[in-house]
Amino acid sequence: MADTARKTLLDPLIDNNPVTLQILGICSALAVTTTLATALVMSLLLTVVLMLSNASISLIRRHLPRSIRIIVQITIIASLVIVADQVLKAYAYEMSKRLSVFVGLIITNCIVLGRAEAFATKNGVGPSLLDGLGNGLGYSLILVLVGTIRELFGSGTLLGYEVLALASEGGWYRPIGLLLLPPSAFFIIGLLIWAIRTWKTAQVEEPEYRVRAAE
Amino acid sequence: MGYLSLFIEAVFVENLALSFFLGMCTFLAVSKKVETAIGLGAAVVLVQGITVPVNNLIYRYLLKDGAWAWAGWPEADLSFLGLISYIGVIAAMVQILEMTLDRYFPVLHRALGIFLPLITVNCAILGGTLFMVERDYRFGESVVYGLGSGLGWAVAIAALAGIREKLKYSDIPDGLQGLGIAFVVTGLMSLGFMAFSGIRIG
Repeated sequence: MADTARKTLLDPLIDNNPVTLQILGICSALAVTTTLATALVMSLLLTVVLMLSNASISLIRRHLPRSIRIIVQITIIASLVIVADQVLKAYAYEMSKRLSVFVGLIITNCIVLGRAEAFATKNGVGPSLLDGLGNGLGYSLILVLVGTIRELFGSGTLLGYEVLALASEGGWYRPIGLLLLPPSAFFIIGLLIWAIRTWKTAQVEEPEYRVRAAE
Repeated sequence: MGYLSLFIEAVFVENLALSFFLGMCTFLAVSKKVETAIGLGAAVVLVQGITVPVNNLIYRYLLKDGAWAWAGWPEADLSFLGLISYIGVIAAMVQILEMTLDRYFPVLHRALGIFLPLITVNCAILGGTLFMVERDYRFGESVVYGLGSGLGWAVAIAALAGIREKLKYSDIPDGLQGLGIAFVVTGLMSLGFMAFSGIRIG
């Protein structure tokens, strides 16, 4: 039992990461990572929503008719996201303005619906909570990594504190402006996938055609 | 703002897929073939063109702060119900659209049918609505914005599918195969689309 619990929790971190392997929840992973602070807040919100939605869907899984399950799941997730959004607006209004529409988009974040559908409808409350936590952490790991790279090398700061002294203020570091623009997020995640798949070769996709070496 | 300018901006400058990263899951998963990509793109244009204006009416006459003034209840502010209403409208619209197409346009239903359920959870659709609310568009603008942003998404996915069809004959490092290279290509396309920024017409 302890073994399966550990597996449920730790598998989604690298071996079965929701972002880099299952291609879920990429929209927000790219959009909110210009600074580390937004990435952290987004990770926290998603993890909480994911755990609660997994737990509540797991609670009603035996009473839920198959034909209407998607709409019920979406309603539950939407209600949870509204609560998260209102809490954020109440206690961190500045941050909620910076995340703009992306908090609302947690509803259509495929990780939440995907885990509800794939795990919570088949398992008890405890494992579903753990699965939610595990996948939330897997998502957070990628977000925090990308956020750190983009903020550190893009503007020389981390969480708003100066780490690399900027050349414009008499320091030595010239920031890479490209990292603050949207395309860089694609490159960083692409390279991250490359790195992970070089390490865990089982994740490599089989190509449709092999280029044959010249004889 | 002129409608033409808004349209161009929605299609190119503020492309939902390439500058706001919306609908990425479907964008990467269904872009292996040009034909399916165009089918999905057409379905997105259709659904976006309907749901953004409908949600605009709901927002302006039911949810906005003071929207109930016409019913003699001016202090009501139901905007916190926004998210759940929009996603409900989107799910219902997709369902109605599917039934209507099935009944009156069977050919179109056969072409687009399999993509319609996918669209309910496509964040580009909900994202379009949320941007419409955030920028407080009027009804006319919301129609133009819905069609424009849908078209922009369709153009982007068709272009990516075209590139990926050629890409399968290339010699790609093992770790980058499939998903990895798709990300890098999308990044390059997004870089290309940035050239449109600052364009204004009228």
